[in-house]
Amino acid sequence: MEKNSRRDFLVTGLLATAAVGCSDKNPFVTDTDQQVTLSGEKVKLLSADGEIIEIDKALLKPVPDLPQISNSEARRGIAGKKFVMVIDLSRCKNLKRCQASCNHAHFVQDAQNWIKVHPMQDGDHEAPYWQPTTCMHCDEPPCVKVCPVDATFKRQDGIVLIDSDRCVGCRFCMAACPYSTRVFNWEEPTLPAEVEHQHYSCETSVPQKKGTVGKCDFCPDMARKGEMPHCVSACPNGVFSFGDMYEDTVTNGTETFRFSDLIRDKAGYRLMEDLGTKPSVYYLPPVNRNFKFEEGLKEEEERKKILPEAKSKS
Amino acid sequence: MENQNILTADKVIHDLLPQKFGMRGKIWTATLIIICLIGAYAYFLQLKNGLVVTNMGDYASWGIYISNFVFFVAISLVGSLITAIFRLSDVKWRTPLTRISEMIAVSAITFASLIIIVDMGRPERLVFLFTHGRLQSPIMWDVIVISTYFCISLFLLYITLLPDIRIMIKAKEMVGKPFAKLYRWLGSYWKGTEAQEKIRNRSITILCIIIIPVAFCIHTVTSWLFATTYRPGWDSTNFGAYFVSGAFLVGAGGVVVAMYIFRKAYKLEAYITEMHFEKMGRILVMLALLYLYFNVNEYLIPAFKMKKPEEAHLTELFTGEFAPLFWFAIFIGMIIPIIIILFKKGRKPLPMFIAGVMVVIGAWFKRYLIVTPTLLHPFLPMHDAPEKYKHYFPSWQEWAIAMGSLAGALLIITLLARMFPVISIYKTLTDEHETAQK
Repeated sequence: MEKNSRRDFLVTGLLATAAVGCSDKNPFVTDTDQQVTLSGEKVKLLSADGEIIEIDKALLKPVPDLPQISNSEARRGIAGKKFVMVIDLSRCKNLKRCQASCNHAHFVQDAQNWIKVHPMQDGDHEAPYWQPTTCMHCDEPPCVKVCPVDATFKRQDGIVLIDSDRCVGCRFCMAACPYSTRVFNWEEPTLPAEVEHQHYSCETSVPQKKGTVGKCDFCPDMARKGEMPHCVSACPNGVFSFGDMYEDTVTNGTETFRFSDLIRDKAGYRLMEDLGTKPSVYYLPPVNRNFKFEEGLKEEEERKKILPEAKSKS
Repeated sequence: MENQNILTADKVIHDLLPQKFGMRGKIWTATLIIICLIGAYAYFLQLKNGLVVTNMGDYASWGIYISNFVFFVAISLVGSLITAIFRLSDVKWRTPLTRISEMIAVSAITFASLIIIVDMGRPERLVFLFTHGRLQSPIMWDVIVISTYFCISLFLLYITLLPDIRIMIKAKEMVGKPFAKLYRWLGSYWKGTEAQEKIRNRSITILCIIIIPVAFCIHTVTSWLFATTYRPGWDSTNFGAYFVSGAFLVGAGGVVVAMYIFRKAYKLEAYITEMHFEKMGRILVMLALLYLYFNVNEYLIPAFKMKKPEEAHLTELFTGEFAPLFWFAIFIGMIIPIIIILFKKGRKPLPMFIAGVMVVIGAWFKRYLIVTPTLLHPFLPMHDAPEKYKHYFPSWQEWAIAMGSLAGALLIITLLARMFPVISIYKTLTDEHETAQK
C-alpha cells in the first residue's frame, strides 16, 4: 500500500490540478470542493507543464467520474494486443463466482447473466460437465456482420464491444449470435444513483441503457489498467486464464501458461468451430477433473437455498 | 361476359364512383379506428416503460412484431403480382382486380415499415440508420428495398388513378364535396391528351417492369434476416424462394377476400364476376401447391436427417408445444383451401372467400411459427436465464399493437376505397370500347 501511494497521488493530483483550471460545469468539481478545510499538510505534484507544485492534501479527492478514453479510441482498441481467454473445463465446479463478480461489476440486470454456466452433456453416454460461456469475441463475429448501425464492432485487439449510445435495439445481433451470449435491457435498468450518472463508456459497458443490447466485454477497462477481467480474478479454481495472443501468454492470476503450449498439450478447442466464427475463447476438455459433476449440482442446490427469492423471481 | 355488354358509360361511372359510407361502412370504420387507438395506447405504454411490456425475452428476442412485419411484407407483394405480372403477360380479366391489389400493397407496405419501428428498442435513433448505416447489414438492404417498393407501389397506384381523378373532377355533383380539393390537387393537370396518355402508358410499363425484381427483393431480403443466421429452422438456402412463394399465396388470398367484400359492399357483381373468382381460384390453388411444395422442402428434408440442432426444433413443431399451431397453419393455410378450390363448385364467390380467409389467417400464424420457435431452440441450453425467457406468448400490449397495425392497414384500404374508385373506371370503359369494336 505504501509503495503505491506515491503513484496514486500523482494520478489524482494531476486530475485535481486539471480540475482547478476548468469551468464551473466541470464534472470533477462538486460544490463540496469549495468548502474543504485545509489540513496544512502539503504534497508535491507534477503539473501538466512538467513543474513540481505543492498542493494541500485535503484538496486531493478521488475523482467520481472520469470521462475515460474517447469513443473513437474505445472503438479502435489497444494497439499491439490480441486478447484471448482459455477456460479449463476440468477445473469448473459450477461455483459461479465468475458470474457473480461479472454481474456485480457491470450491474447486469434482473436475473440476466453475461456469463452463463451450462450443464453440458454432448452425447447419450458421455459424461456431463460444467461449461462457463462468456462472449466468444469471435474473429468473424456474426453479430457485427448484421448490425445495421455499427453499434457493435470488432476492435484491433480482438474484442467485440457494444456502443449503447449507438444501438437502435433491433436485436438482430441476438438472433445472429449462435452462442446466445447477448442480453437486452428490456426496461430502464435499476442502477445505484452514482452509477446512473456515470459517464458511459463502451469499455466499461456501464451504465447500461434501456432498449439496448449488453454482453460480456472482456473488461477492456481492466486490461488498460493491466488487470484481469473480473471473472478471471473471482474464480478460486483458476478456470479462466486471460492474456495476449501476441505475447503467447495467458494467466489465471496464480499460474501463467504459454498459450500455444497449453492449447497443444491439453488439446484445446473452440465452441462450434464448424460455424466458422473463430472465437477468441478456447476450452480445455474436462479430463482429469478436479471436481465431480455432481458437486456442481450441489452448488446449484445450495444457491437456491440461500437465494430463495431469486428462484421465485425467475 | 354478356352482362357487361349492356353497361353504358354512364352506368359504369355511376356504379364505380366512390360512395359515401353506409351504416355498415361507418360501423366498420369506427371499429377499425377503435382498434387502432387501443394499439396506439399500448405503444404509448411500450414507449414509456420499454419493451418490458412485451413478453419477449433474451431467447425469444423477436416476437409477433417481427412475424407481423413479415406478414405485411408478404401480403404487399400482391400489387406486383396482379398489376405487373398480369399486365406484362396481358391477362385481360385483370382490370377489376388491379386497383384493389395496389391499394392492399400500399397499405401493407406502409404498416410493414411502421411495425418494424415498433419493434425497435430505441425508435428515436431511427436516424442512425441513415447517418451511421452499414451496407453489410441485411437490415439496411431491407430498408433500401422496402422504401423503393413503397415508392413504386405508390406511383403505380397514383398513375393508374389519374384518368379516374379526371372523371371524378368532371362528375363533381355525383362524387360530392369532401374530396373535391384533394382530387384537384392530385390530378387537375391531367387532361388526358394523347401526349399525356403516351407518357402515362410508358410510365406504367416501366414501373411494372421494375416492380417485379423489387418485389422479389423485398421478400427475399426479409427472408435473409433469418437465413443469414446459423439457427436451426432459419439456416436454409431455400428461404428466399420459400418466402416469395408464401407471399404470393397470402397476397392472392388477400385479394380474393377483398374482391368478395367490395363486390358485396359496393354491389359490383357486374364487374367482379364469377369468372374472376374462377380464374383467381385457379391461381390460388397453384400458389398454394407451390407453397406446400416449399414447405415439404423446408420441414421434411431436415426431418429426414434430424441433425441434432434441428431435432429439438422440428419435434417441437411436429408433436410438441407448437404442434397445434403448426398443423393449423399447414391445414388451414394450405391443404383445406387447396381441397376446396380444386373443385369447380369451390371456385364460386362464397367458398372462394372462405378459402381466402383461411389462407390469410393460416399465413399470419405461419409467420409466427417461422420466427418464434427457432429462437426458443438455441445451440446452447437455455440455462442461467429467467424462467420467463424460456417460453413466449405475446402480452396484451403486443396483441393490441399487432391487431392495431392490421386494423390500420384495413383502415387505409377502407379510406382509399372511400376516396377513389376500387375498380378503374377509365380502364373499364376502354375495355368495353375495345370489346364493342371487336
